[in-house]
Amino acid sequence: MSDIWTMVWKESKDLLFQGGWRSLIRPLFVIGIMGIYLPLQFGSQWVALTPLGMLLLLWIPFFVVISFIGDAIAGERERHTLETLLASRMPDRAILLGKIVATVLYAWGMGILSLLLGLVLVDLLRTQGNWMFYPLDLFVDAIVLILLASVLATSAGVLISLRVATVRQAQQILSIGTIVFVFGVTFALRALPANVLSSLNYSQFLLSAMAVLAVLDAILLGISLMSFHRSRLILS
Amino acid sequence: MPEPIIRTEHLSRFFGTVKAVDDVSLEVPAGIVFGFLGPNGAGKTTTIHLLLGLLEPTQGQARVLSFDTRTQADEIRTRIGALLEFAGLYERMTAEDNLDFYGRIYHMTAAERRARIKELLTHLDLWDRRKDQVAKWSRGMKQKLAVARALLHHPPLIFLDEPTAGFDPVAAATLRNDLASLVAREGVTVFLTTHNLTEAEKLCAQVGVIRQGKLLTVGNPDELRLRTGGPQAEIVGHGFNDQILALLRERPEVANAELQNNHLTIELRGESKVGPLVSLIVRSGGEVEEVRKGKASLEDVFLTLMEEENT
Repeated sequence: MSDIWTMVWKESKDLLFQGGWRSLIRPLFVIGIMGIYLPLQFGSQWVALTPLGMLLLLWIPFFVVISFIGDAIAGERERHTLETLLASRMPDRAILLGKIVATVLYAWGMGILSLLLGLVLVDLLRTQGNWMFYPLDLFVDAIVLILLASVLATSAGVLISLRVATVRQAQQILSIGTIVFVFGVTFALRALPANVLSSLNYSQFLLSAMAVLAVLDAILLGISLMSFHRSRLILS
Repeated sequence: MPEPIIRTEHLSRFFGTVKAVDDVSLEVPAGIVFGFLGPNGAGKTTTIHLLLGLLEPTQGQARVLSFDTRTQADEIRTRIGALLEFAGLYERMTAEDNLDFYGRIYHMTAAERRARIKELLTHLDLWDRRKDQVAKWSRGMKQKLAVARALLHHPPLIFLDEPTAGFDPVAAATLRNDLASLVAREGVTVFLTTHNLTEAEKLCAQVGVIRQGKLLTVGNPDELRLRTGGPQAEIVGHGFNDQILALLRERPEVANAELQNNHLTIELRGESKVGPLVSLIVRSGGEVEEVRKGKASLEDVFLTLMEEENT
C-alpha cells in the first residue's frame, strides 16, 4: 500500500503542481464550465440534479482524464523516465495502481469541486428563499457516478496509453474514444425497449447506470492490470 | 573464493533472428568497476536489461548478488542502483523531490532520506540548487543527479549505462572524476557500459569486450594489452625505407614493425630496450627525431579485437 501512495505522491508532484500556469488551464476551464457557467445557465434547476445535469457532470472525469492519464504513462515513456522506474524495486501493480489512484482522485475531486461550487453560486444568486442543497440521495448518486466514471475513463486511458508511443496520440485516441462512448451510450439507451426505461424511476435508473459502470470499470481495470508488465513495457 | 557479484552462464537473448546477446558467460567480482565495452548496438544495454530481470533470457542464466534474474528479479532490483541509457529524471520536479521519490521507493525513512540527499548533493556540488526544477539544469548536472539517485539507498551494486555518452570532453572528465570519487567513497561494485575507451581505461579494474552480442574477451586492461600486443615504440624521423624496415623485422626483440609517413611503429617482445634499434636505424642512414615507448592503449586492444572478429 505504501508503494501505491509513493506513486500517488510522485504523480501529484510531477503532474499536478509542477507544470506552471499552463497546467492550470484545463482544470480551470473544467471548473469554469461545470462549476460556474452551467449552474448559472440552469439556475435553481441545477440544484435539482436533473438527468441532463447529471449527464453533464459525468463529462468532467473524461475531460480531466484525457490530459492526465496519457501523460502519466505514455508521457513517462516519451520522457524516458519509465525505464528507470521499471529498473527500481517498485512493483508493477503499485506503479499502475498509483497512477490510476492519482488520476481518479484528481478527476473525482474536480467533479465534487464543480458540484459544490455550482451549488454555492446558485444559492448566492438566489434573492429569496432558504439556502438550498442538492437532494441528498441524488447528491450521493452524483458523487458515486463521478467516481465510477473517473475509474472508467482512467482505466480506458491506461489501456490506450500502454499501446501508444506519445502523449499526443494517447490524448487523441482518448478524445475520440470518449465521443464514441457517449454516442454508444445514447444509441444503447434508444435501442432499449420503451417499457424497460419507463418501468424505472430516476433513482433506479441511476442505480442501473452505476451497476453498468462498475462492471465496465472492473473489466477495464482487470485488463489494465494484466497488460502492465515490465518486460512488455521494456520491449515496447 | 568469494561468490562473484554477477555471474552469467551462456546468457542469450534473441529478438526474432537478431542475437542481441549471444552465449555470454561472465563473472564480475565484488568491489570493482567492471567496464563492458562495445560499439553501439553491441548488446550492452540488453545485457543490463537481462541482469536487472527486465527481460527474460532466451537461453542461459544469470545470477546477480546471488539471485536468479529469471525468478528473483524483484530481489535484485531491491538491492541495486541504476543509471540507464537516459537519466530518467522527472524534469518538472525539483532535484530534491526526484531523490526523495526514489528514497520513498526504497522505503528509506524521512530522516534517512533527508540526510542522504544532503550528503550526496553536497558531495556533487548540487546542494544549493536542490530546489530547482531539473529541467533548468545542464546535462552534466542532470547526469550527476542521476548518479546520486543510483547511489541513494546504499546499493552494493550499481549499473551505469554509458554515463558520459554525448558529453563534451570537459563535462565527461568532470563527471568521470565525480563518479570515481563517489564509487571509491561508497565502496560499491559498478557495472559500467561504455564505448568510451578512455573512460574504461581510467575507471575500470576489469573490462569485457562485446560485439554483435558475443563476449570477445574479459580481463584487466593490462592483461588485455599484453594479450593483444607487448610494449610499443614509435620512432619519428626521416630517411626510413624498406631496407631499414626489413632489418628491424629481422631483430629477435621485434615482433612487428610498420612504416607509415616517416613514422615507424615497432611492436616489441617482452621488456626489450629501444636503444639498439635506434642505433640500427641511424647506422642504416635514418635520421631519428623522436622516440616514444609505451604500452598499447585499450583503444589499440579494442580495435585489434574488432579486426580479429571481422577476419
